[in-house]
Amino acid sequence: MTVITDALCPFCGCTCDDITVVVEDNKIMEVKNACKIGVAKIKGHHRIKAPMMRTDKKGEFKEVSYDEAIEAASKILAGSTRPLLYGWASALCEVHKKGILLAEELGAIIDNTATVCHAPSTLAVHEKGLPSATLGQVKNRADLVVFWGSNPVHAHPRHMGRYSVFAKGFFNEKGRRGRKVIVVDVRKTDTAAMADEYIQLQQGSDYLVISALRAILAGQAAVVPDVVGGVPKEQLVKLVDTLKAAKFGAVFFGMGLTQSISRYKNIDNAISLITELNAFTKYVITPMRGHYNVTGFGNVCAWETGYGTAVDFARGAPYYNPGETAANDVLLRKETDAAMIIAGDAGAHFPADSVRQLARIPVIQIDPYWNPTTEVANVVIPVAICGVEVEGTAYRMDGVSLRYRKMIEPTHPTDVEILEKITERVRKIRGD
Amino acid sequence: MELLIKNGAVYDPKNGIKGDKTDISIKDGKIVKSVSSSAKIIDAGGRLVMAGGVDGHSHIAGAKVNVGRLMRPEDTRIGIKPRTKITRPQTGYTVPNVYAMGYRYAQMGYTTVFEAAQAIMKARHTHEELEEIPIIDKGALTLFGSNWPTMDFVREKDMDKLAAYVAWGLLASRGYGVKVVNPGGGEMWGYGKNVTGLDDVVPSFDVTPREIIVSLMKANEMLGLPHSVHLHCNNLGKPGNYKTTLASMELANQVKASKDRQVLHVTHATFNAWGGTNWGDFESKADEIANYVNNCDNVTIDMGQLIWGSATTMTADGPVQYANAKLLHAKWGNGDVELEDASGVVPIFYVKQISVHAIMWAIGLELALLTKDPYKVLLTTDHPNGGPFVNYPEVIALLMSNKKRQEEIKTVHEAVHKRTKIPGIDRELDFNDIAIMTRTGSAKVLGLLDTKGHLGVGADADIAIYDIKPDQIDPSVEHAKVKSAFQSAAYTIKGGEVVVKDGQITATPVGRTYWVDASVPQEHTDIMMKDIRHKFKNYYSIGLANYMVQDAYVTHPKVVKAGISAGVN
Amino acid sequence: MTLKVNLITGRTIDQGVTIENKTSSDYQNATAYCELNSNDVGKVGKPGNNIKIKTEHGEVVVKLKENNGNPDGLAFIPMGPWANALVDPDTKGCGMPGFKGIPAQIDATNEKILLMKELIARYK
Ligand code: SF4
Ligand SMILES: [Zn+2]
Repeated sequence: MTVITDALCPFCGCTCDDITVVVEDNKIMEVKNACKIGVAKIKGHHRIKAPMMRTDKKGEFKEVSYDEAIEAASKILAGSTRPLLYGWASALCEVHKKGILLAEELGAIIDNTATVCHAPSTLAVHEKGLPSATLGQVKNRADLVVFWGSNPVHAHPRHMGRYSVFAKGFFNEKGRRGRKVIVVDVRKTDTAAMADEYIQLQQGSDYLVISALRAILAGQAAVVPDVVGGVPKEQLVKLVDTLKAAKFGAVFFGMGLTQSISRYKNIDNAISLITELNAFTKYVITPMRGHYNVTGFGNVCAWETGYGTAVDFARGAPYYNPGETAANDVLLRKETDAAMIIAGDAGAHFPADSVRQLARIPVIQIDPYWNPTTEVANVVIPVAICGVEVEGTAYRMDGVSLRYRKMIEPTHPTDVEILEKITERVRKIRGD
Repeated sequence: MELLIKNGAVYDPKNGIKGDKTDISIKDGKIVKSVSSSAKIIDAGGRLVMAGGVDGHSHIAGAKVNVGRLMRPEDTRIGIKPRTKITRPQTGYTVPNVYAMGYRYAQMGYTTVFEAAQAIMKARHTHEELEEIPIIDKGALTLFGSNWPTMDFVREKDMDKLAAYVAWGLLASRGYGVKVVNPGGGEMWGYGKNVTGLDDVVPSFDVTPREIIVSLMKANEMLGLPHSVHLHCNNLGKPGNYKTTLASMELANQVKASKDRQVLHVTHATFNAWGGTNWGDFESKADEIANYVNNCDNVTIDMGQLIWGSATTMTADGPVQYANAKLLHAKWGNGDVELEDASGVVPIFYVKQISVHAIMWAIGLELALLTKDPYKVLLTTDHPNGGPFVNYPEVIALLMSNKKRQEEIKTVHEAVHKRTKIPGIDRELDFNDIAIMTRTGSAKVLGLLDTKGHLGVGADADIAIYDIKPDQIDPSVEHAKVKSAFQSAAYTIKGGEVVVKDGQITATPVGRTYWVDASVPQEHTDIMMKDIRHKFKNYYSIGLANYMVQDAYVTHPKVVKAGISAGVN
Repeated sequence: MTLKVNLITGRTIDQGVTIENKTSSDYQNATAYCELNSNDVGKVGKPGNNIKIKTEHGEVVVKLKENNGNPDGLAFIPMGPWANALVDPDTKGCGMPGFKGIPAQIDATNEKILLMKELIARYK
């Protein structure tokens, strides 16, 4: 029996690094400190045993060898004129590097799960930057925490305990009692139920409400209507006073902002609000990143290509224009003629029309688990689980880079091994 | 592998060679006395030969650089080059991708570059990028100036603990030296505030910037680190800050150097040599700074030269970046790091007709030209704060040609006439001066002069050959030729391998990462670690066990030993 | 009666717990449902009943659940293949489909909830 301490949880963007894992006979017997999602992720479930292939997507899969599957995958990719390499967020940075190299070789589009999560936040960062901080800064200093369109009780279960609401720190020894918590959302979530103040907006009116707050902050309350997005003006005026009174305010936003009607403009506006609040007191804003290493993909992709995701290598050099080059755009336009889905589940998390296009074209899946993407795949290559069976790098939601430990020996090849082989084969097939 | 460079007009200041035809023998990546007759021969044909360039202050890797990329797709879109058989794609101008960083430095004949600031907590990220920068040797300076342990130990006046912390912090970050940015200000910025001078007290820690600087210089010398404390002064970016800069430089007198180098390096002095009280009466005080440097032997500076056009300011000086963003109405990236420091990223465009920019442009040149000894003033642009490093050849040409400067002065805001001395300075640097400012001096300041910045036996075979014949050119007149030669080396040789020929990348070997392993008595470390453990238990948001940069992130290390028990001091 | 709602989709903890186990009934239980407040629930049936939701982009059968945190007229389905049968694929030129704020209609139904496999089979 071995006990691994200070292990990292490979599920959500909190990347908790205080996990204890008890291992016996290469099996994880016990997971301590993780939340219920983390425990499920680390313990795992029954896996895809061996590579599988089929030509008819309505037909049954046939088990094949890794070599056969890699050969088939390489042929599909090498023969494609507009391949899409999508997923990545549940894999380590070492995998991302191999993926970007493969995309270069293929002239492919590479995009990651941020495309249905926080890619709009990056668009806002292009316009306004991002005044942010590491989570420990919040833990030590924040006396006001705002969750806007985010629901950590469900999506980031230990965020409040480790970093934000309950965490005790140097300037805040009292933890929860030392800070005020405000939740802004469209329905009273479990997070909202714990807040000191809950502000309920009409769905889709975040942009309006943020604009009203900015107007009030700028001393222009007179132009604000009596009710904005379902919120009475008095409540907004009071909220601005509360925001200004904090010594250190931290705003955490989620898909309530990125996925509703105004998309990235919501965040653009929110960042402006935070920037303006800094004229009065200290404020930071942080996106609640979903997958544990979605932030890592954005970082690796940025330092290797200059752009964070949705990078099109068709020109031999990186090109980026989400709306044109993001995964759902190229699928909806039926441009994509082959796809490799790795460490992300487009089948489950893309709109039906995008999945329909995946069902029309050859699809390679690289993943430990059977999921909706498997249902539309032609070649399925099961791999080891990053962060449990494979060590390597991931970036927490605040950009802190951490090294994941290996908890048990893998029973399958790693993503890196598979990608290296595919890349090598693709080069040979293409004759360079 | 053996290589012989024949017929070069060699400028090797350390070895007193000034343009003489000297052959250089190379074996196994090093410069040797002689090689066998089977050595491959490169005939330099009388062209200019120097050691590979050494850059002691540039922002090439890590969190702020990547924030710059993510904030600035408009910058990434500049300088795009598709992949080739040898090279990966290149993007960006002020914030190039990792590949372009390595290729472009190599194309200018540079072979060693130091990233100027990494927070320990974010060092893993820095190294991830450094690992992917091809060709060049590199390293990173580690931030210590607002770290809570630093301030605690300074307050306690416990130099043993402070030195132990610096040694441990360098190990934890795989860092090469001690960087201090707006000391105390990083902590103050945690609550949106700043220090305004050397004697402001940092609340809750009860220390002053003065005490932090002096104590870190002492710890640096106790440890006998190869490089000195590398200081980004307080009040950077504020008119009138030259007084703070001078007062900071004077602090070096309180500390004795442990090695043959400065005690204090004051970086990107362009941003710290400002007179006046506001943007209206803003003026150059470069002469005062240069005068101080001329009359002391324990302080060096680098230029931080301003380059017209697009730049991306990025620094651990969080408050200055907030002020910049407000002043410029520009997008603002901020990245406080818990218990350690602040940081900010703001794009800027330097315009010839803006008086402040014109004066800043002049300040950099004044600093270089008024400082008599080129060993005391390194050529930098504080990439990409003053402008991208690819503009070094422009700076070289400006320093070598008064004619070029006078032509340029005609096109910039008239303020340079009244508020700087640049129009009246007719000094023109020669190739020897340039070799010092771009390699020999930088290597000396960094404490790398044994193997870098020169061409003597035992040096690394990092060499640049430029397509000009020093005896046939008048740089004062033919400055355009000088500039284009330095932009695109005829040959760059890195570790004995030709990596650039005729300005084109020919090979992309992996460079090494320099870091300093400084030893201290174990009992000092033990006592210091008690405090560190307390901080991790209570204040850091990650565990101590996951803090230090692992070996996996420094796959080609070059470890420089230092420390107290190593008997260096 | 047909209930007109504004549909949003999003994460839940059970969706997270079962996300790597999408062939399981646990995953279906965690994601193939729609939450309405009790007032709205009463208009289309009882908690636990099956309902059919239609949008401009598709239709799907899920289980009805009560959540009184929802205001009137707001429906929530956990993210996943059932929800995504309904969402707006248009990225409005910025890469992000419309996962929240989709006009939808809800009716009681006797049809059964498709298994994940059956649901995806509709796209082939
Ligand atoms: S909060 Fe996130 S990272 Fe932490 S244990 Fe839970 S799922 Fe894992
Ligand atoms: Zn700098």
